[in-house]
Amino acid sequence: MSGTSDAHSIVEPGPTSRRVASVVVIVYALVSMVPLAWIVMTGFKSPDTAIAYPPEVVFEPTLEGYVNLFTDRTRQTPEYMADLPPPETWYDELVRSRNMVITGPSRFFGRYKNSLIIGFGSTFLAVFLGTLAAYAFSRFRVPLKDDLLFFILSTRMFPPIAVAVPIYLMYRALGLSDSHFGMIILYTAVNLSLSVWLLKGFVDEIPREYEEAAMIDGYTRLQAFWKVVLPQMSAGIAATAIFCLIFAWNEYAFALLLTSGNAQTAPPFIPIIIGEGGLDWPAVAAGTTLFMLPVVIFTVILRRHLLRGITFGAVRR
Amino acid sequence: MAEIRLERATKTFGQVHAVRELDLTIADGEFFVLLGPTGAGKTTTLRLVAGLEKLDGGRVHLGGRDVSALAPAARDVAFVFQQYALYPHYTVFDNLAFPLRSPLRRRSPQEVTRRVEEVAKLLRIESKLKNKATKLSGGEMQRVGIGRALVREPNCFLMDEPLSSLDAKLREDLRVELKHIQRDLGATILYVTHDQIEALTMADRIGVLEEGRLLQVGTPRDVYTRPASVSVARRLGSPAINLLRMDAVPGIAAPSRARNIGIRPEDVQLNGRGIEAEVEQVEHLGAESVVVLRAGEERMHALVSGGTSVQPGTAVRAELSREAMLFFDEAGQRVDA
Ligand SMILES: Nc1ncnc2c1ncn2[C@@H]1O[C@H](COP(=O)(O)OP(=O)(O)OP(=O)(O)O)[C@@H](O)[C@H]1O
Ligand SMILES: [Mg+2]
Repeated sequence: MSGTSDAHSIVEPGPTSRRVASVVVIVYALVSMVPLAWIVMTGFKSPDTAIAYPPEVVFEPTLEGYVNLFTDRTRQTPEYMADLPPPETWYDELVRSRNMVITGPSRFFGRYKNSLIIGFGSTFLAVFLGTLAAYAFSRFRVPLKDDLLFFILSTRMFPPIAVAVPIYLMYRALGLSDSHFGMIILYTAVNLSLSVWLLKGFVDEIPREYEEAAMIDGYTRLQAFWKVVLPQMSAGIAATAIFCLIFAWNEYAFALLLTSGNAQTAPPFIPIIIGEGGLDWPAVAAGTTLFMLPVVIFTVILRRHLLRGITFGAVRR
Repeated sequence: MAEIRLERATKTFGQVHAVRELDLTIADGEFFVLLGPTGAGKTTTLRLVAGLEKLDGGRVHLGGRDVSALAPAARDVAFVFQQYALYPHYTVFDNLAFPLRSPLRRRSPQEVTRRVEEVAKLLRIESKLKNKATKLSGGEMQRVGIGRALVREPNCFLMDEPLSSLDAKLREDLRVELKHIQRDLGATILYVTHDQIEALTMADRIGVLEEGRLLQVGTPRDVYTRPASVSVARRLGSPAINLLRMDAVPGIAAPSRARNIGIRPEDVQLNGRGIEAEVEQVEHLGAESVVVLRAGEERMHALVSGGTSVQPGTAVRAELSREAMLFFDEAGQRVDA
């Protein structure tokens, strides 16, 4: 017997399997991070370095991509440029070094705002309605419960885009095309089935006795729901919210089809940012980087719940 | 505290008649134990009183008031659940304080603290008040569950096998404590169990429930010594009562309708008189021993004190005490001599 104790229990992985697992996880993490890192890097390149071959990994960072993302510019003659008063800001200067002047803000900010409104709005609605529906399905004697649940799930059995044409016609007739409200209810409708099913699982896990005890102790059902059930659903709600947000945030096809100006979200907008002589890659990359941020932040905030949520059932009791 | 009165209370779940036309009055300050096998409808009866189930027929009165149509919150009863049902996201203190913070019965924070500390002391969980409810042993959780019922002064207490998940020692302790608390408070308690020891030791009166029907109601002594039927007689006593055919004990003056004799094991004496029997087995329980006897076709148990010297395989004579004999008719009902 050696003095050092690396004894481990039967269920816990041994040192070798641990090492193998770490290597696999690290490799996987690297593989999935490289494209992200590439996008973030490209955002700080100049249009020339962005398309340089072989690709440059070490380069002089510039904010040109971000400036281009947020502004509209026009090219001017050298005489015109010479007559201008000195540039007022650093981004004026940056743009003029390329013989251009800023003509105004780009439409990116508006698209980004649309994405926020539609993404978070539909996520909130899907989770809110889903929570209530899940509670009702779990606790009340709903007529035709199983059929209803199946029906709700069946809306997931085809790709949403399969109904694109009817929805397009319907939205046109109802005047919902290119409106925030229209996009919010569309994404809510698509997410609702996932939300109801996921959340029902979580409510089922919570013993009825909790609410019953509260109701006997002087609370109404709604108060008991609020005080007792909801706190215990937090992990499930967080997990569901993340899934819903990721769908609504990244949705491309419907956004492309149904929105053009007023309610256009960022996904159909970002890939068509045009620069000189084609796509403005640094601006596209800058837009993509900014576009990823809200979901990343949202997920990091709820991460603690997410882990518990995804492994639900195994955690409680 | 208040009286509980059930009038032809009925509850069915689909094909299952959980509770059938139950008539029962529990007096103010009484400790009433509902005893019955699993599935008898004990929990359902409690839930009907609490308002957690809707009556399919009949009425429930609390303190003389018809509460059949009232929501659980408005009935002002306290319930201790079969599983502890503590709120896992709260500390022990907040669990105990929960009923006192309800919109219906809100108390001042000072009063909440005072009451919670009082009850915690009573149940000896003061040192655990700051713990998360999930970080407790089973016994402590059960105490908190009972404590949550005790913090306010409800109309009555409904307890659904509150001690069933505890080990024997703890169960015994809490049994004594609970009875003590009940006497001090003069509380009306409707207590459900399928443990006959709990029923016999704590109850002022026992109700024996089977398939949703009350078979008998009476004091523990009454129900034990004068069971209304074979089912009731079998429910109480350990080892269970011996049931013999009439001809197993010759020369007994019995009522003419009697078909079976019931005799409790402690009323069977191995003193060299009475019927002949063979010892099949001896089980030593410490202070007592159970002797399994065979007399002709009949098998019976005798409860004898201490270190008996009877050996398996030997022949003995068993005397059945005539006064202790019970007689049952064809339908299993007791008939008086
Ligand atoms: N919500 C329900 N839905 C359908 N049937 C039920 C429901 N609750 C109880 N039952 C049925 O009613 C009968 C009585 O149940 P109950 O829970 O009152 O029994 P119990 O005496 O408390 O049993 P135990 O000792 O096992 O707790 C059982 O047959 C049970 O299956
Ligand atoms: Mg029960």
